[in-house]
Amino acid sequence: MSSFKAHSVLPGFNLALGFTLLYLSLIVLIPLSALFVNTASIGLGGFWDVVTGDRVLASLKVTFTASFAAAVANAFFGLVVAWVLVRYRFPGKRIIDALVDLPFALPTAVAGIVLATLYAPNGWLGQYFAELGIKAAYTPLGIVIALTFIGLPFVVRTVQPVLEDVEAEVEEAAASLGAGRWDVFRRVIFPAVAPALLTGFSLAFARAIGEYGSVIFIAGNMPFISEITPLLIVAKLEQYDYAGATAIALAMLLISFILMLTINAIQWWASRREAR
Amino acid sequence: MSISIQNLNKQFGAYKALDDINLEVNSGELLALLGPSGCGKTTLLRIIGGLDVADSGKLLFHGEDVEQRDARERNVGFVFQHYALFRHMTVFENVAFGLRVKPKKLRPSEAEIKRRVHELLNLVQLDWLAERYPSQLSGGQRQRIALARALAVEPKILLLDEPFGALDAQVRKELRRWLRRLHDELHITSIFVTHDQEEALEVADRVVVMNKGVIEQVGTPDEVYAAPATPFVYQFIGNVNLFHSRDHAPWSEQHGDAVAYVRPHDIDISRSAQDATALPVEVKLVRAIGSVVRVEVALEASSELIEIELSRERFDAAPLADGDRVFIRPRQFRVFEEASAA
Amino acid sequence: MVGKPPGSTLMSTPQRRISTRESRGVTLLLIGVALGYLLMFLGLPLVAVFVEALSKGWELYWKALQEPDALSAVKLTLIVAAIAVPANLVFGVAASWAIAKFDFKGKSLLITFIDLPFAVSPVVSGLIYVLLFGAQGWFGPWLQEHDIKLIFAVPGIVLATIFVTFPFIARELIPLMQAQGKEEEEAAVSLGASGWQTFFRVTLPNIKWGLLYGVILCNARAMGEFGAVSVVSGHIRGMTNTMPLHVEIVYNEYNFVAAFAVASLLALLALVTLGIKSLVEWQAKQSGEPLHGAH
Repeated sequence: MSSFKAHSVLPGFNLALGFTLLYLSLIVLIPLSALFVNTASIGLGGFWDVVTGDRVLASLKVTFTASFAAAVANAFFGLVVAWVLVRYRFPGKRIIDALVDLPFALPTAVAGIVLATLYAPNGWLGQYFAELGIKAAYTPLGIVIALTFIGLPFVVRTVQPVLEDVEAEVEEAAASLGAGRWDVFRRVIFPAVAPALLTGFSLAFARAIGEYGSVIFIAGNMPFISEITPLLIVAKLEQYDYAGATAIALAMLLISFILMLTINAIQWWASRREAR
Repeated sequence: MSISIQNLNKQFGAYKALDDINLEVNSGELLALLGPSGCGKTTLLRIIGGLDVADSGKLLFHGEDVEQRDARERNVGFVFQHYALFRHMTVFENVAFGLRVKPKKLRPSEAEIKRRVHELLNLVQLDWLAERYPSQLSGGQRQRIALARALAVEPKILLLDEPFGALDAQVRKELRRWLRRLHDELHITSIFVTHDQEEALEVADRVVVMNKGVIEQVGTPDEVYAAPATPFVYQFIGNVNLFHSRDHAPWSEQHGDAVAYVRPHDIDISRSAQDATALPVEVKLVRAIGSVVRVEVALEASSELIEIELSRERFDAAPLADGDRVFIRPRQFRVFEEASAA
Repeated sequence: MVGKPPGSTLMSTPQRRISTRESRGVTLLLIGVALGYLLMFLGLPLVAVFVEALSKGWELYWKALQEPDALSAVKLTLIVAAIAVPANLVFGVAASWAIAKFDFKGKSLLITFIDLPFAVSPVVSGLIYVLLFGAQGWFGPWLQEHDIKLIFAVPGIVLATIFVTFPFIARELIPLMQAQGKEEEEAAVSLGASGWQTFFRVTLPNIKWGLLYGVILCNARAMGEFGAVSVVSGHIRGMTNTMPLHVEIVYNEYNFVAAFAVASLLALLALVTLGIKSLVEWQAKQSGEPLHGAH
């Protein structure tokens, strides 16, 4: 025991860690391992055949493209929102600040039906799109809209605290050296918030890839055009194609892991850069 | 209560925090553990308090082995470096905590708790702050409340980890004297950890100087200052000049390859060489600082700088100026072998 | 003339100095873009939920909420949250106690494992329980033999919900308790407090705001989860439909008023959650207890 854990006078370590490991294993680790074990039963070749199927590849393309587009939109607008919330004062700011977290709190199904209604050709916003000849709901664009909603808080909430920490003195120093406002932003402020922006972007991207509830109502769900990968898993399940569903799920899980590692690497790199 | 520490060892990974420590603490004395950061003094204190365990060795309270007794049962009051006051409790509740968590049959009545807490708050002269929260107190006040809280359970031993470390100079001085007076009143066996030599010398009955997990010297403040046992103690406590025998032929013959440690105020200056042991120097800098005059001189043999302190009267009797060529002679010194010198 | 130039300190703090401010035009443009974006993606959807719910009048709204299927969906949602949140609460406290107050090997791996459910698509979260407990799952035959139904039944919904809300509370508490250190607990123990006394009298009061914060976020997700629950529920009306699933079913039947009526309850829940969250953030700030994690 002594080499595994440093001595402490505080009690309860064995109980707390024991319960933690038991609960973690029962709820998370054992169920997740089912994905690996069940996929192993169809073999690597079988796995590869499933995940490189035309429909799967098309759904992956839709999912990744839409997620990326939504994350890019959120990176840009999220930065503007964070900037405005940190730097300016205007009436109702505190309520708006609190409202930014709405996508975290609003159930995805509710988001899904309301966005589908708003962007339907006869909806509040959809009618204007229709006038321009753009179909928003029931197309890949609809998916981007839903994923933008879902990912909205990530960039704002990662950039906001960093922007608050940028010292006025640094900006003043740059200004006193003759830099214009845009130069100050581009050369001083932006590099400071860039790692947080990248983290927020990755988080929004990762969340969007797995998203299901808000998308299916607005997507139209046409195979090869607007069918996202999570929906394909559900479709396979409903056809009792457990092996197919499991293989796709495992592929998604591996992609999520890679994204998670990337995010951690970004944060590690950013904290190291800061420490220098 | 006396404390006896025998052959204590503690290792953190590859790092030896305590290396075969032996120490006797007398009942009722106020002992300082003095040393640079990382010397093992806090580890030793935490082991005595039961907050850490030693890898090997014995720890006896009043002749009784307390190895198996955990912190709760040792009856030790511990004052933490950053006070560790309970931030969500008032000052009163902080001090009352130790009484309130006693098992039911030992727990004093509410009236008794109230009386005891106010008594302690009066002792630390902060009764008027009873209803405040720790965040509303100054550093010095927090420190005194932490002490009152530790005293509430009537400990037989009081342990203080860098008690004045986080305070500014003025408050530090005041609290030092106050702690000394408090100890004289209560006579609890007390050990405090510090890296500040002035603090240790001023407050403690005895000082334990530690370095790299080893005890370098144990003695009264006067002993460790006037008769340092090792080169480390010499350098750590007070200022010291080093004279290498190789720079001075007469010494080399006498002591071999050695270093002499000399305090700045133990050096005489004269205009002429009185004997062969006097060293020719050039005065580089003269600075009057309050009641003393500090003279910096360079040895002619090696151009090493030597610091000398003179009283103002002495200096006025024979004034010096930058660039003067004079002779110096150590009045009092200790010689250590070159290899053992740090 | 020595001394401070008058007014220099007054000017600097409340508003940024002229040299570091944008022109009025740029400021207004940025505020306009930000508010426009938020209005389009947050404001309008929120308002639309209530407008759609009430589009045929209060009467139909009330009727939609009083339907037996709707009521049983509300009931099931409450039951699921009432099990999932306390379960994850106990886990969160135990995990953060072990991780924040002790040093042991493999700690960072354990933290990564706790975060895992956040990296898993909700649909996959449901799927893994089907693989374990479904008719063709690992334990399927055994469960059938003993006439126990987990998938397409309430226990499966609870399990899937616990999975997706698994990290919420632990994630809030671990950095908070790490930041607070263990000195206060050590002080309590040295003053003679037992383990439980230390926890309830010292630790718990110090983390109460962080705990509440985690609990309300966990609760919001537990009541609103759709993907994972959808996979394991089987959509049996009046039996295994939670509120979000009920919304889906009636929406797909083109009964929009009924769908938005139940959705409006969930939107209210979201607003209450945001309200309490802001309140907790404010309270924590007042009491000087830092809250970690922005979401």
